[in-house]
Amino acid sequence: MDFLGAYRVLRVSDPDGPEPEPGQFAMLAAAERWGGGEDERPYLARAFSFARNSGGESHFLLEDVGPGTRRLCELRHGDALWLLGPLGRGFRPPLEGGARAILVGGGVGIAPLAILKDALGDRATALLGFRDGARAQGAALMRDARVATDDGSAGYHGPVTRLLDEELRRDARTVVYACGPAGMLEAVRAMCEERAVPAQLALEAGMACGFGACFGCVVRARDGSYLRVCVDGPVIDAAALERVEEHAGAPA
Amino acid sequence: MSVSFCGLQLAHPVINGSGTFDAIAARTVFGADLQAEFPFAAYVSKTITLEPREGNPPPRLWEAPGGLVNSIGLPNKGLHGYIDQDLPLLAGLTTALDLSASACRGPERRSRPVPLITNVMGSTVDEFSELVEACDAYAQIAAVELNVSCPNVKTGLDIGADPGQLEHLVRSLRALTQKPLIVKLTPNTADPPACAQAAQEGGADAVSLINSLRAMALTPGPSGRPARAWLGGGGGGLSGPAVRAVALAQVAAVAARVTIPVVGMGGVQSARHARDLLDVGATLVAVGTESFRDPAVGGRIARGLHRAPAS
Repeated sequence: MDFLGAYRVLRVSDPDGPEPEPGQFAMLAAAERWGGGEDERPYLARAFSFARNSGGESHFLLEDVGPGTRRLCELRHGDALWLLGPLGRGFRPPLEGGARAILVGGGVGIAPLAILKDALGDRATALLGFRDGARAQGAALMRDARVATDDGSAGYHGPVTRLLDEELRRDARTVVYACGPAGMLEAVRAMCEERAVPAQLALEAGMACGFGACFGCVVRARDGSYLRVCVDGPVIDAAALERVEEHAGAPA
Repeated sequence: MSVSFCGLQLAHPVINGSGTFDAIAARTVFGADLQAEFPFAAYVSKTITLEPREGNPPPRLWEAPGGLVNSIGLPNKGLHGYIDQDLPLLAGLTTALDLSASACRGPERRSRPVPLITNVMGSTVDEFSELVEACDAYAQIAAVELNVSCPNVKTGLDIGADPGQLEHLVRSLRALTQKPLIVKLTPNTADPPACAQAAQEGGADAVSLINSLRAMALTPGPSGRPARAWLGGGGGGLSGPAVRAVALAQVAAVAARVTIPVVGMGGVQSARHARDLLDVGATLVAVGTESFRDPAVGGRIARGLHRAPAS
């Protein structure tokens, strides 16, 4: 476990595990003492995007926001973890070889962009937004990221979508990859739609299973149908959505 | 370990609860891993209705102490979508998890078919009749489970909560098929054993219980306002370990009342919990919510039962 300001990086050794694609996720639970926390929770496993994977080690970005994340944050070196993954559909790389990519992350949602940046290298520009300076330390997950904070304590003072706006004004021939709070994702979606920039959004939703069985994690698609975030996503083409709804319901 | 249930020979006594395991999605996600050892001895489909249903608006889930409140709303492709698209994929399920004595002795493990039980729900006798008649026409469907936890469109009462209505429904459907009819009882009634008996009088071959307990979840209102319902569908159903003791009591009471086989379920997480339900009179045990946490748990429970047979 590494500390990264307000976040922690959970490092999981799984030498025989399949290699995740950027944007895929895993369901995690502590192998012992999963339950009996606040409100006698957690019960369900929790979904986390892979933040990095190399040499048989997977990294996940944690923020202590509820009984599940708290228990995971308490794990010590050598403790056992229950992991089911990799799951879901990840990011699709830019179509033309060499096309530019802009990665837009917010808060703990920067996690899947780190593994994507590992894959895309210098072709990707990372723009990361955080609430405050303690969280902005999470930007250390990536090299060469531009940072914005809501309180101005690090980097640009304002929403990260302002940085995206600047980038798109300069050159809109790009693909945007985004993950973060629903409000940020909706702003990114609207901005990209207006400029006809293709965008892929990694969504979050409360999930019981993570593999298509419970139908609990749906979001409404533009055509009126429901998409399951776990198997139709978590990365969904922005064009498939009318708007990104608030989903404060992820069990924490 | 092999179990006879309504004329079906099952490899072991563990099946899934309707709507808690999607065999098609699981095959896509887990591929050969799960194919080689399908965790259940029979597969119960999610609830099929005449017309396609989208399901309830999100949010659909709430984590409760030791459980889950869901308001999924029975999304499904409708009868024709199920027959055309899902049935061919569900008909060929097999399991190598054969715990019969001969299979354990032999070096090679036999693969056995996993019978398909189709769960249906209508809001009137006519709707149920159309569903059951359709199922009757397909040899791939081994049995039909009736989800009677739906409100009667005229009275607003759950059909399965009223012994009179339930007996009438089952009697009407009994005339339409020779296939085993399993009635999935609702726990949201004053007298589950009376409902089970009514199902038996109507001609049911088995009953299954418990369905989820009616429940709700609240989220704090904006500054100082009263809390409001969290789930998009308003109310929901509680499942998971939180309901296990209730399930045990209801399964015991129902098994003591009826002579037809009982499928017991509710909060089963381990072979011990499954054994408890068998000990109070269940013939089969279904695993539901726990499969969300671990899709392979059904197989582990079946193996655990095999290692520690009834005393």
